[in-house]
Amino acid sequence: MKALEGYRGLALKLLQESGAQIGDLIEVTRDGESLRGFLMPRSEYDDENHVVLKLSSGYNVGLRVGGSVAIRVLEKGVKPMFKRPPRPPPKPGLPEAYVISTGGTIASRVDYRTGGVEPALNAEDLYSIYPELSELANIHTTLLYSEFSENLTKEHWAGMARAVAEAVNSGAQGVVICHGTDTMGYTAAALSFILQHPPIPIILVGSQRSSDRPSSDAPSNLIAALKISLSAPFAGVYVAMHESSSDEYIAVHRGVKVRKCHTSARDAFKSINAPLAARYHALTGTIQVLDDHLPLRREMGEVKLEERMDDNVCLVKFYPGMKPKILESILDSGLRGIILEGSGLGHVSKALYEPIRKAVERGVFVGMTSQCLWGRVNLNVYYTGRDLLKIGVVPLEDMLPETALVKLMWVLGRANSFEEVKELMTRNLVGEISETRWFQGCGP
Amino acid sequence: MSSYTGLKVGLELHCQLKTAHKLFCQCPAKLSLKDPEKRLLRRLRPTQSELGEVDPAALFEFQRGRLICYEAERESTCLVEADEEPPHALNGEALETALIISLMMEAKPVDEVHVMRKVVIDGSNTTGFQRTAAIALNGKLNIAGKEIPILHVSLEEDAARKTGESGLTVNYRIDRLGIPLVEVATGPVIFSPEEAEKVAYGIGRVLKATGRVQRGLGTLRQDLNVSVKSGALIEIKGVQRLDLISKVVSLEFQRQQALLAIAGELKKRGVKPEELGEPVNVTEVFKDTKCKVIRNALREGGVVLAVKLPGFHGLLGRELIPGVRLGTEMSWRAMFYGGVGGIFHTDELPGYGVSEDETRLLSKVLSLNELDAAVLVADQPLKARDALHAVLERAREALNGVPEETRAAQEDGTTRYMRPRPGSARMYPETDIPPIVIAEEEIQALKAILPEKPEKVTARLMEKYGLNRKLSEQLLDSDYMPLFEEVASKTHVAPSYVATILTETLKALERRGVPVNRLTDEQILEVFQLVDRGVTAKESVEPILEWLATHPTSNPAEAVNSLNLQMVESAELEKQVEQVLRENVNLLKKLGKASTGKLLGLMMRNLRGRVSPQQLLPIIEAKVKDYLKNQE
Repeated sequence: MKALEGYRGLALKLLQESGAQIGDLIEVTRDGESLRGFLMPRSEYDDENHVVLKLSSGYNVGLRVGGSVAIRVLEKGVKPMFKRPPRPPPKPGLPEAYVISTGGTIASRVDYRTGGVEPALNAEDLYSIYPELSELANIHTTLLYSEFSENLTKEHWAGMARAVAEAVNSGAQGVVICHGTDTMGYTAAALSFILQHPPIPIILVGSQRSSDRPSSDAPSNLIAALKISLSAPFAGVYVAMHESSSDEYIAVHRGVKVRKCHTSARDAFKSINAPLAARYHALTGTIQVLDDHLPLRREMGEVKLEERMDDNVCLVKFYPGMKPKILESILDSGLRGIILEGSGLGHVSKALYEPIRKAVERGVFVGMTSQCLWGRVNLNVYYTGRDLLKIGVVPLEDMLPETALVKLMWVLGRANSFEEVKELMTRNLVGEISETRWFQGCGP
Repeated sequence: MSSYTGLKVGLELHCQLKTAHKLFCQCPAKLSLKDPEKRLLRRLRPTQSELGEVDPAALFEFQRGRLICYEAERESTCLVEADEEPPHALNGEALETALIISLMMEAKPVDEVHVMRKVVIDGSNTTGFQRTAAIALNGKLNIAGKEIPILHVSLEEDAARKTGESGLTVNYRIDRLGIPLVEVATGPVIFSPEEAEKVAYGIGRVLKATGRVQRGLGTLRQDLNVSVKSGALIEIKGVQRLDLISKVVSLEFQRQQALLAIAGELKKRGVKPEELGEPVNVTEVFKDTKCKVIRNALREGGVVLAVKLPGFHGLLGRELIPGVRLGTEMSWRAMFYGGVGGIFHTDELPGYGVSEDETRLLSKVLSLNELDAAVLVADQPLKARDALHAVLERAREALNGVPEETRAAQEDGTTRYMRPRPGSARMYPETDIPPIVIAEEEIQALKAILPEKPEKVTARLMEKYGLNRKLSEQLLDSDYMPLFEEVASKTHVAPSYVATILTETLKALERRGVPVNRLTDEQILEVFQLVDRGVTAKESVEPILEWLATHPTSNPAEAVNSLNLQMVESAELEKQVEQVLRENVNLLKKLGKASTGKLLGLMMRNLRGRVSPQQLLPIIEAKVKDYLKNQE
């Protein structure tokens, strides 16, 4: 942490003049009244007119600087030595597990001195913060990226896939990827296509409630993810997150069928147009497989990569009154493919037929999904759908729009002709299209 | 005890605010009477600090497998209380109230309010922390002639309320979670139980004078920090009633003195900590016992473990405060750390089904001499062992005097062990809430509209309404001051009568178990208005209020009808008086005019509440006069 983290303007000037640094015991005097406390960092989003002190009671308060304010350093702060508690010796014969961090904080520590929350992501940290892990596996950690997941690109997906392949091919019996929850669904879909026939389950995991709080879903999600990756009888790419608001069950979702459906709740992730792959009971540690059609776990096996992706694509959500000009300018921008989120069974307004027809003629792939999310697209039922079929729009069954977008990027990375693109997009490769659908209801 | 040398007390008063919403969401700030419609099962894991430290009591609870079941219903809770949604902005109404309270106590508001997360891991906060913010610092209040420093005024969320416990699961209702609380903390400048109570009442009066705090049992809670010289600083949590404070303080003083005396006695007996050994298996001694507790434990595969406490004979059974012996303190530790139901100790054996022979044999097995004692536990082996280790720890602490603890106040003024005293408050910023700047203009604007100080209110009540000081102060201490003024201004009922009803009468009803907190201000006002309009007599106010409290959805008019308390018409009264005169001719003959009083008393017995004596007396007097005239 920088010596005067977050301070700017007048506050910074006064602190620099007094020689104060974060953690020092200082005295601030204004209009004859003084207050003592430890200097705390300031957020860069807060104004430049206040200095933050931690009082002996533990409370932080903000003091206005301006007018005649005097700051005096009483004692220099001493950064206490961090003594990590000794790591419990791992039991002999434990399986090898890899934990790859890409962002999102699955484990952290609170520095009560400064109030900062520090990520704690290497193996030593994980064992220290979640001692149960020392009974589960011999953990290797990789801090691959430290990104908010909204900033990830196809390059990151490829990097993650390489890290997974490296782990699996060096004998990992479990691989867990810690990821920000915002775009975890997209990554799960991407890895499902990039990683060819992984022999074990690769589990993506995150936390909805920050890991610095005692109530965080991080520990139970992580422990579940590891257990599932190490011992579930199925293989492939999955997301493991809370099934409900309670800590009892962790739901395991197929990577190509999962979506974040709530901004903040623990059970934000839902399987759409698919049953849950499995359910993990946190209190007993048991795994219940719920989908009979998952690929099976294999003892050995290398995982190969098909990582090339073309991101000259776009995902467009249709809405009534959408101006044809806008769709046209998107389609004109050099895209190789577009996924439409149509209404209902996969419809858009008549006004948009012309831009779409022109794009198809130019060789742009136009795939149709539904903004209903639940249910299967069918362009045969209404005239609109038939018109769109005639124009050359390709219906994409019950694929999630986000998954369809990612699949399109992957398909465009290897298909050599429009026909090949169409064929690959409409063929079920890793479970992204379900042939039959049973009752699920809709809505999380 | 009249001398409290060495006693120092600090108070922390917590008061629920009367705001439209909770502190960090739009839910109403009140408890729900409905059944919970949702239950959440959670675990709270202690977080590690930068120093790699974890709170030991918290870790212990977690490792035991403690589960928390949160009960929620839609009326008073939302996703914020369930820790499923980030907090909404800090409630401006609550902040304003906190500032008003601060200014009334001459505490200086901070320039920028920073909401903190204070780690609390017993389950009473769904997140595992309490959101709290310091609003003002370094105030003072003049109470009973002494200047009491107010260290800080802070604004925080109330916690969930415990509704039960079974096995490893503890149940909390989260309707109370998030209700705004103002905390007022004094320095340790109080030196006697009576002073503690006076200070608490003094602070309470200022809070009530704002008119912005909730009323009723449980809305004002006190924590006391009691330290005794050579003893220890004990945190006592949850004193629910102001009038219990002096008792709690004096009993705690007594308890610490008793523990110091025990330490002195142990020293005299030459007991050393090294002499406290390990638990021993004494199941054999009790294989044929008639003691039900031990028999049941053994039948379920348990054992009886015992630990020798050399030099402790007679001290385990020694009473510290009524109902609490050193042995009781040890059993609380055993229950907390071992999860066992209780302990036995030799100061009370033979007893509880344990025979003399068994006691003698136990003594022999443990090699106890006359000055030694022993503690036993019958339970599953691991639990029994943990329990006795906790007992040993408490015995070690007894050698040194008074251990630092957090204790829970009980209804009778005693306290019981709650948990070890936490280290320094673990607080870090609540980053979901940006800091809030308090502008100077805002402070000046509030200063201009500060409510009257309690002393001024008392003076005004006395002058304007002719109340005596005692009644005025009672009114001030009650929750009904604003209502009193409303009734006094809207009706002609005598103010002192209204004041008495709102203070003594309601208190008496509450003591009898009548749920007076269900009565709304509107209902009470309406009752007085009925008296004002002559629908019923003022003597019926008490029974009507009692009826309404137990029929909360009804209104006062229904109460009058249901209880048959309508005023009797004059014509009907005349008839009744004539009847009574006829029935009591002899009395009339004997006493003449002087019989009026007795006749009035007789009739009021039957007509109480339906007629006022002032209404009835002239009628009786007139009829008696007529009768006597006719006799002449």
